[in-house]
Amino acid sequence: MATLIIPTPLRKFTANQTSFESNGGTVKDVVHELVSTHEGLKTHLLDDGGNLRSFIRIYVGDEDIQALDKEHAVQPGATISIIPAIAGGSH
Amino acid sequence: MQTTFSKDELERYSRHLIIPEFNIEGQRRLKNSKVLVVGSGGLGSPLLLYLAAAGVGHIGIVDFDVVDDSNLQRQVLFTQADVGKPKVEAAADRIRALNPHIVVQTYNTQLTSANALDIIKDYDLVADGTDNFPTRYLVNDACVLLDKVNVYASIFRFEGQASVFNYVDESGERGPNYRDLFPEPPPPGLVPSCSEGGVIGVLPGILGSLQANEVIKVLSGVGEPLSGRLFIFDAGSFQTRTLKVHRNPNNPLNGTRPTQTELIDYEQFCGLKTTARKEDLEVRQVQPGEYAAWVREGQPVTLIDVREPYEYEIVNLGGKLAPLASLPEFAGDIPRDGKVVIHCRSGVRSARAIKQLEADFGFSNLYNLKGGILAYADEIDPSLAKY
Repeated sequence: MATLIIPTPLRKFTANQTSFESNGGTVKDVVHELVSTHEGLKTHLLDDGGNLRSFIRIYVGDEDIQALDKEHAVQPGATISIIPAIAGGSH
Repeated sequence: MQTTFSKDELERYSRHLIIPEFNIEGQRRLKNSKVLVVGSGGLGSPLLLYLAAAGVGHIGIVDFDVVDDSNLQRQVLFTQADVGKPKVEAAADRIRALNPHIVVQTYNTQLTSANALDIIKDYDLVADGTDNFPTRYLVNDACVLLDKVNVYASIFRFEGQASVFNYVDESGERGPNYRDLFPEPPPPGLVPSCSEGGVIGVLPGILGSLQANEVIKVLSGVGEPLSGRLFIFDAGSFQTRTLKVHRNPNNPLNGTRPTQTELIDYEQFCGLKTTARKEDLEVRQVQPGEYAAWVREGQPVTLIDVREPYEYEIVNLGGKLAPLASLPEFAGDIPRDGKVVIHCRSGVRSARAIKQLEADFGFSNLYNLKGGILAYADEIDPSLAKY
């Protein structure tokens, strides 16, 4: 079981759920399970070709997985982070 | 000639001078440094206060805004008496009062592609405390083109990010920049700004202080800067993560095949120009004054408010609440006869709501309240709270 942390700007698509548990074997599986559970997330994470969007990064632990097609294996207990670009500096 | 310190300065900075690895050499480097702080808001407040207190010799401040009541919840540089003053003036007064031994230069202007290189070129380092994607990319690109370190932080609600970009380490290796992390900005509207999405007041204090610490580390040469790493802080759950950031060979500024050698149009890059135009043009609008006249004359007008319930509680015009996210559930209750005016805070969400209602439910009697409840408060009813 891996835990995926949902960042604040995307929580409106997960009914404010802050994390997502998955038994997926690769990062790609976990992300696909996430977007099939929370459909509204899909267009914000993936483009039409199923690739990660360029304002989103996905990390397993502290490592950037760069692209979903590399079949990154997810160890049980791993923490997966979705990191979106945010811009606030509070004007 | 070696930089010297007066007795006043030695006493003021004594807590730095007695740190063995910092000592008077670190302080000398701060005094000889020029730092540009872009944005004197939530992040800029602690940044400017700590950089001035620490003795950074020359501080530049860029901001075009004036101090507003809604800033005081987090922008601790300012007091009630500063409301209405240009931020750069109030900020400069505050930090000059804190430390008379430093030089403060102000730029009461918006940083743009036309002026950024000229302003930034004279500084050693830039601290980015801006609040929008176009300026984030502008600051990043200008720093890469001019070979300046960019100390970065950004915040949203309870979440903050910080990093040090374009830093060259002792071995001469250059670290990643913002475009390595995020090659492109999100589409407009996905990530609201603090003025739309809100921010917990202490968060910019925390991230801006971390930023100030990184600035001091880079300038003094003490410690290990947050280069090649992205720090993430969730103030709600108190989770922190430090993630690796690598250089991207496809970076248009300094990847293996650079394609960008000058600043670009960042509004366009961030997709802002086209969206604003589309939404303005395609939706029928009503001015606040005209709507007020319809109500006064007793015309049959229905008012629909597509904001969230917590916004309705701050201030409302008595409209029927139908939040944009769940609009289809309310479509059956919206009359198809008479005029229906849709409003939100500033007019953007209500324009989207009208498009959706027209396209999916075939409405043809909808009007967008131009400028939203903010414009209504300005033009018709000044007793309404603006947020």
